[in-house]
Amino acid sequence: MSFAKLTASTLAIAAVSATAAVAQSRDNVQVAGSSTVLPYASIVAEAFGENFDFPTPVVESGGSSAGLKRFCEGVGENTIDVANASRKIREKEIKACAEAGVTDIIEVRIGYDGIVFASQFDGPAYTTFTQSDIFNALAPKVMVGGELVDNPHSQWADFNPDLPAEDILAFIPGTKHGTREVFEEKVIAAGCEATGAFEAMMAAGMSEDDAEDACLEVRTDGRSVDIDGDYTETLARIDANANGIGVFGLAFYENNTDKLKVATMAGVAPSTETIASGEYPVSRPLFFYIKKAHIGVIPGLKEYAEFFISDEIAGGDGPLAQYGLVSDPELSATQEAVANEKTM
Amino acid sequence: MTDMTASGASAPVRKHATSLLAQDARTKRRNAAETRFKIYGLIAVGIGLTFLAVLLSSIVYNGVRGFQQTFVTLEVELLAAKLDKKGERNIDDIKKVSTFGYAPLIDTAMQNAVAKIGYDSPFEKAKEYRPLLSASVPAQVRNYVIANPDMIGETVEFRVLAASRVDGYLKGRVTRDSIARDKNIDAAHLDITDALHDEGVLKKTFNWDFVTGADASESRAEQAGIGVSMIGSFFMMLVVLGLSLPIGVAASIYLEEFAPQNRFTDLIEVNISNLAAVPSIVFGILGLAMFIQFAHLPQSAPLVGGLVLTLMTLPTIIISTRASLKAVPPSIRDAALGVGASKMQTVFHHVLPLAAPGILTGTIIGLAQALGETAPLLLIGMVGFIASNYPEGLVDGFVSPNSAMPAQIFEWAKRADPAYYERAWAGIIILLLFLVTMNAIAIILRRRFERRW
Repeated sequence: MSFAKLTASTLAIAAVSATAAVAQSRDNVQVAGSSTVLPYASIVAEAFGENFDFPTPVVESGGSSAGLKRFCEGVGENTIDVANASRKIREKEIKACAEAGVTDIIEVRIGYDGIVFASQFDGPAYTTFTQSDIFNALAPKVMVGGELVDNPHSQWADFNPDLPAEDILAFIPGTKHGTREVFEEKVIAAGCEATGAFEAMMAAGMSEDDAEDACLEVRTDGRSVDIDGDYTETLARIDANANGIGVFGLAFYENNTDKLKVATMAGVAPSTETIASGEYPVSRPLFFYIKKAHIGVIPGLKEYAEFFISDEIAGGDGPLAQYGLVSDPELSATQEAVANEKTM
Repeated sequence: MTDMTASGASAPVRKHATSLLAQDARTKRRNAAETRFKIYGLIAVGIGLTFLAVLLSSIVYNGVRGFQQTFVTLEVELLAAKLDKKGERNIDDIKKVSTFGYAPLIDTAMQNAVAKIGYDSPFEKAKEYRPLLSASVPAQVRNYVIANPDMIGETVEFRVLAASRVDGYLKGRVTRDSIARDKNIDAAHLDITDALHDEGVLKKTFNWDFVTGADASESRAEQAGIGVSMIGSFFMMLVVLGLSLPIGVAASIYLEEFAPQNRFTDLIEVNISNLAAVPSIVFGILGLAMFIQFAHLPQSAPLVGGLVLTLMTLPTIIISTRASLKAVPPSIRDAALGVGASKMQTVFHHVLPLAAPGILTGTIIGLAQALGETAPLLLIGMVGFIASNYPEGLVDGFVSPNSAMPAQIFEWAKRADPAYYERAWAGIIILLLFLVTMNAIAIILRRRFERRW
């Protein structure tokens, strides 16, 4: 019967392709990791595919931690070659990598990214913040009249009369994002020290480590909302809540200037210039990590890495800076390190 | 007998003589209840239709702009001094000039195009015209030069993409107010856009590249297309069809025609019905564990996507196949068996052909469901992936990383540039067209071939 024949042949095709999948050798570079680095990596991958005879690298997102986890699964064609990360690789991850046989890792810093506080363009006048303001608004325990108490503030004006008398509502990145770590360290912890809460905790008998951890906490009564999705989700929340402020990457803000207005942090407006000079306090380096064992095995891997950090791409006039990356002043040192395949 | 006399006796005692023409209070109440129910029904249908109308009109309103794109007709002088310094027309030398080497030529060409229409431009440097054009233009020109090295030194006319903000301006998405704070483009650029548009150098036309093209990076929304992920969806559907149809049909024929009725087959039946109601994300995580972590099949491959969706589609196909087998009257089987056919001959020569329209309808509906499914694909790496490479050949189509249409739409909706949002809506229109076509085929099959007894 023709039906039976058709069935048999489709089954056969499926079986053949399944075996071919395992046997086929890979000729494209595979990249995964941070959703913050994804737009940059995809811009580079596209230009790489245009200018070289190698196929366009395959870029996936998933978050810094997820990307590094896949990176550390082992060496071989069915593992990824490059992990993008919006934070530095952790000791624990290096150890996990080493256990799976991934020992030689090349670290490449591609530039810096600013983290900005933005609100609805026509919303309340959230135009100036300091780290202390954010800490006072979002920490579970704050200093009031020299005492460490449970956060009593419900409006911004409660602790800083210069800020609008609006209900506190902040949309901050969830804990799986690399951005969250920077937000905690550079904003919340800085505010914790500046307001004296850190000293008060130490004085209350906490050990230094415990106090540092307590300084990173965020209130859980609904005034601070963790966003696990992308910046688009934060933007949608800001659209729906006029009194909300959101945490964004500088590049995302610059692509949505018609909807968002940005606040200064400690008196400095975020821009590629202020971040490059180090004046703007909330910025972080962006990285990608290469498996050295794959160089020479996967065609185009080293070329991709060198192309990524070439002056034409990652320099001040390149397409990455155009999109919002703050280019690294020490780019030439990075270029040299990649050319020499210098491992960590 | 006694009843009759009793009623006959009581008949004249009736106090209110009623006419068929005049309604009594109870009849009125009953009729009113019926009228009210009809009105409720109409309101329910009306609400449903309103939602459908709102949904369709918002999809079409938002999405239709995604099918149009602004193109610029540009005469580019392919300077030999820049593109082939040695002048030997050696292809390797020509390839050494990267797209960055082409960019100045494009800038000059744009400057000339503006000068040609006699527009008094505020810009002096050619580089200042760059925001008007897509970043894909240098690559387009470079590919042309590599394919036609003889044309170096000539002036060639290209039809190139305008930048997404220029495109958005012509479509009304970008306004002069909204670009006031945009560092990528100035009001002066929009003035030039208007002038070029009036002269016909810059035109908004239907964009086939959206339907056939590959996905692009975030810096060039104007270049992105849904074609590659459409191919991904196609290969996934091949896997689903190739696996779930034979397995599903074989399982249902056995269960319906051959299996003994006992507790074990009852258990299987209950489980199949339950499987049909399992949330699709569960199949995704099963696929991740089984196909990727255990069997080491490649991530993001349509093969794995198809396998996962097969698991999801199987119960639908089994249930509809069993229903259509059941619908074949027993007299057909009895007649076949009566003239000496074996059980298997009965099934394959008589029952199955009669049940085929129903089976195919069920299969198509199952495929349509699988085509629109995103949740299981989240877990096997088909979301968050830039589908930029066309597969090279049949095997590659199954195993090389790709996206699928619903995953691509999800991906676009996440991106920062608002131009991608428009493309997400346009992608939804294409997906809906596919689903409507598949459902229409299912209906036609049913109408045309289904037999009633």
